[in-house]
Amino acid sequence: MLLGLTGGRLLPSPRRCLLLCRHIKSAATAASGVGDGVLSAFRSICGEDGVSLGEAVREQHGKDESVHRCCPPDVVVFPRCVEEVSALAKVCHKHRLPIIPFGTGTGLEGGVGAVKGGVCFSLRNMEQVLDLHPEDFDVTVEPGVTRKALNAYLRDTGLWFPVDPGADASLCGMAATSASGTNAVRYGTMRENVMNLEVVLADGSIVHTAGKGRRPRKTSAGYNLTNLFVGSEGTLGIITKTTLRLYGIPEAMVSAVCSFPSVQAAVDSTVQTLQAGVPIARIEFLDDVMIDACNRFSSLSYSVTPTLFLEFHGSEQSLEEQVKTAEDITQSNGGSDFQWARDTETRNRLWKARHDAWYAALALRPGCKAYSTDVCVPLSRLPQIIVETKEDLIENRLTGPIAGHVGDGNFHCLMVVDPNDPEEMHRVHLFTERLARRALAMDGTCTGEHGVGLGKRALLCEEMGPVGIQVMRSLKDTLDPNNLMNPGKILQREEP
Amino acid sequence: MSGRVLVGVKRVIDYAVKIRVKPDNTGVVTDGVKHSMNPFCEIAVEEAVKLKEKKLIKEVVAVSCGPQQSQETIRTALAMGADRGIHVDVSGKDYENLGPLQVSKILAALAKQEDAQLILLGKQAIDDDCNQTGQMTAALLDWPQGTFASEVSLEGDKINLVREIDGGLEHIKINTPAVITADLRLNTPRYATLPNIMKAKKKKIATVKPADLGVDLTSRLEVLKVEEPPQRQAGMKVETVEDLVVKLKEAGRV
Repeated sequence: MLLGLTGGRLLPSPRRCLLLCRHIKSAATAASGVGDGVLSAFRSICGEDGVSLGEAVREQHGKDESVHRCCPPDVVVFPRCVEEVSALAKVCHKHRLPIIPFGTGTGLEGGVGAVKGGVCFSLRNMEQVLDLHPEDFDVTVEPGVTRKALNAYLRDTGLWFPVDPGADASLCGMAATSASGTNAVRYGTMRENVMNLEVVLADGSIVHTAGKGRRPRKTSAGYNLTNLFVGSEGTLGIITKTTLRLYGIPEAMVSAVCSFPSVQAAVDSTVQTLQAGVPIARIEFLDDVMIDACNRFSSLSYSVTPTLFLEFHGSEQSLEEQVKTAEDITQSNGGSDFQWARDTETRNRLWKARHDAWYAALALRPGCKAYSTDVCVPLSRLPQIIVETKEDLIENRLTGPIAGHVGDGNFHCLMVVDPNDPEEMHRVHLFTERLARRALAMDGTCTGEHGVGLGKRALLCEEMGPVGIQVMRSLKDTLDPNNLMNPGKILQREEP
Repeated sequence: MSGRVLVGVKRVIDYAVKIRVKPDNTGVVTDGVKHSMNPFCEIAVEEAVKLKEKKLIKEVVAVSCGPQQSQETIRTALAMGADRGIHVDVSGKDYENLGPLQVSKILAALAKQEDAQLILLGKQAIDDDCNQTGQMTAALLDWPQGTFASEVSLEGDKINLVREIDGGLEHIKINTPAVITADLRLNTPRYATLPNIMKAKKKKIATVKPADLGVDLTSRLEVLKVEEPPQRQAGMKVETVEDLVVKLKEAGRV
């Protein structure tokens, strides 16, 4: 998603799904869903230190950075290797205990909430970078390795992993949620960059989705299991290794900013830049409300109109050409105040507005929390959906500055809302549903990057249609017939 | 003025690695552990390369003292923009005993041999945290020193330097030739990009032995024991202030 989010914690929400959440119990009765026999089995697998019933630990593992209420699991286990994950899963399978995989807890759709209790598998102790092949541009990592940790590890090789969702997320977690980021327009999302996965299934069996240790750059061998698990949000299996595609660190970078008289002009510039074959690395849109917030927060003086923030990667020579082409395009669309910078310090200053957008939005209404919406539509429909969304915001007296990965047709409204005002919370909830339906009506999706999690299950049904959902259900029922893998996420289930 | 800058780069255990003490308590585990360039050395290399890009100096020479693997660290400096490297080959027992005194003797000898105008070092290494090499090198050469530099600017044959000190920032002006040690905020080191790594393979690294420089590596220090810090004890909750006072008295704290 965006830049560094500070999570909104424990917001009350009218969403029906949250009523499924169990109460937080004290440590003494916490294990009521998990018997002593099971606990001692866990301890014999991952050691005394590897099993926790502590209230604080369970609470930490029951929430992420979304607005969903904390749903703590009954117990948290800390396996150290895939064999332990498999053994623990077998115990859970035998006793029909829900399994919730946990990476860094930086998700935005409540994916880690243990709505039916159960066992949280915290994978942070599996933190090795394995099998780096610089000449082949691939590396395999365990779930405890985060995006920033991998890029720090790779820094001397001239390689990097560019998918950047903002948070310092677990790479396996990013695979599980099919994460994306500001770089997707050039480097793609997780779907394009995961080559192989090691997954532990609900019954403890271990599968390598492209074959063990295999890392060809392309294949046409059998069903695409890798991309079945990418985006499965822990509902089909626990990802214990991911093999990633790496890229060369860009020789040089240039950042630029440009103001536009209208949303249409900004989007037209984006489309034309892509059509001109400019391999633009980032192209971010901020609407006038957001720019105004940024001006106030960071004492800047950008023109209060739709604005594009651009970043170009390449060699010194190609950058000159890229920037020139982009500048000409923006000018022909009525763009003004085109500024660009080459050195790190000035580039950071130019992009400061974009980097601080989240905090700037929060600062509009001190004491409030922020929630980010996430829809994606074909590029040509972007101006229309943004204009209609802004009208909706004004009509319903909601604060929602807009920031978008406009090169992908993906945008976020940063809804700034008073958590103590249930009426406003309800209006926000209805607004986000209207927004998702608006996107669906424009051939888009209800979630571009954040995933379905708890909150968008009904919308997924509308998006896929009954046959699509039935195919998904069949896959789920085949791989996890007892519905142990992260229950309550992605697919709605009829209550027994 | 030769316009030549010597930059010292040290190969250390990577900052992200969890350090483990060897079971015999003679040191830390280094076998199979990821090593990389000391972060403050990276900052020193970046500053040297920036000076060359501004055409204020002519040549950047990266120096490292250690076994064969130190050449990898020199290659990283070359990929960042250094022109050539010098590997001072020290291995075995000599390498185990290699400390700031020995390295500063080596750097002083090289500075004379290479007719260096400036020596740029990191302020300290993250493995031993000595913060001595820069200062000792300056003393051996009888050169001025600007340590903990957060800003460096050349003005003719003098250097304006801002130093980070406990009380704030100190502005000094020193003559060249001089020794400068880099502090954290001096700059943000660039990443080595693939094309530059390829180009660096063609740059030259000369190997010399300390004896060739007339340097005696004898150490006056002996490491007796290395142990981990004590394990953190579990905390204790108390119900009342009276309980707290009793517990504090028991522990001899009041």
